[in-house]
Amino acid sequence: MTAYDPYWFLAVFVVAAAAFGLVPIGLAKLWAKRFAPPKPGRWKNATYECGLESKGSAAIQFKPNYYLYGILFLIFDIEAIFLLPFGVAFLELPVGAVVAMLVFLLLLVEGLAWAWAKGILSWK
Amino acid sequence: MGKGYIKLEIGDAMAIDEGLRSELSKQGVFTTTLEELLSWGYNWGRKNSVWPLQFGLACCAIEMIAASMARFDIARFGAEVFRPSPRQADLMIVAGTVTKKMAPQVVRLYNQMPEPKYVIAMGACAISGGPFKEGYNVLKGIDRYLPVDVHIPGCPPRPEALLHALITLQKQIEQDALRGAKAPRHLKPDEPGEFPVPEYGPHDLTPSHNPEVWKPPVVIREG
Repeated sequence: MTAYDPYWFLAVFVVAAAAFGLVPIGLAKLWAKRFAPPKPGRWKNATYECGLESKGSAAIQFKPNYYLYGILFLIFDIEAIFLLPFGVAFLELPVGAVVAMLVFLLLLVEGLAWAWAKGILSWK
Repeated sequence: MGKGYIKLEIGDAMAIDEGLRSELSKQGVFTTTLEELLSWGYNWGRKNSVWPLQFGLACCAIEMIAASMARFDIARFGAEVFRPSPRQADLMIVAGTVTKKMAPQVVRLYNQMPEPKYVIAMGACAISGGPFKEGYNVLKGIDRYLPVDVHIPGCPPRPEALLHALITLQKQIEQDALRGAKAPRHLKPDEPGEFPVPEYGPHDLTPSHNPEVWKPPVVIREG
């Protein structure tokens, strides 16, 4: 009996999966090349805006202000969830766990200090 | 030769003599060409998956919605997938009154649909202006700007009428060839895929119609 690698079927599966996706796409491309003439135009290539003419470009920049709220949420909400079991189990914890928790708290306090210095805690 | 014998002949559709073909079919021999077989499969796939644009203009749209619901169930004909974007739609059902203010948007949406695309003008307003024909602000039929495939009369037409229009469109799609004179518009390279969008002029829409798809009726007076 010849020895064979039992993982060969994986390679066969990968090839079959790729062919399953690529062969129909290739056939459609061939069909389009043979029969369907492309007819691009000014309106067909325009940005779709419910039939109206679109004003300006669709690719504009947003200010990612959301991350500031993400940090504050982490400090005031997620931290409380971790602090509660930490406080309950405090007396039974080994020293290593307490140190790890303190490092975690320090990181969050650092974030709070940074947010405070940036001035996002004041209501505008 | 027994029944059910299928002969595949690769070549021109003209190669088979029509008389010979009907004689053979009486004997149970089915002859076809590769191109006929391909166009049959192509048309079968297209006619059973006509996705309409989710687009209603007036009260006819209510009947269109009714046609898509359980009682009339347009899904029986494969056309239940109303698409909110023209990029994914095959069929524009112009359901309702096309005002002159809306006409450029309708034409623009049609232009943004990918080929193949079809138009059903639903109701009296969409085909002729209907009760507003004498008014100043309603377009007297969307076929002035778009190549309409099926017109449905009625004010508003019942959902059965829309289903009948869809079946009529499916029969039209069935007849399409892949090449030659019987090929549909979207398979002919020199036929337009976009139609000019009208603009607001000082008095009315300019141009008032697209002369390539619509010509004003000529009144011939006798005597």
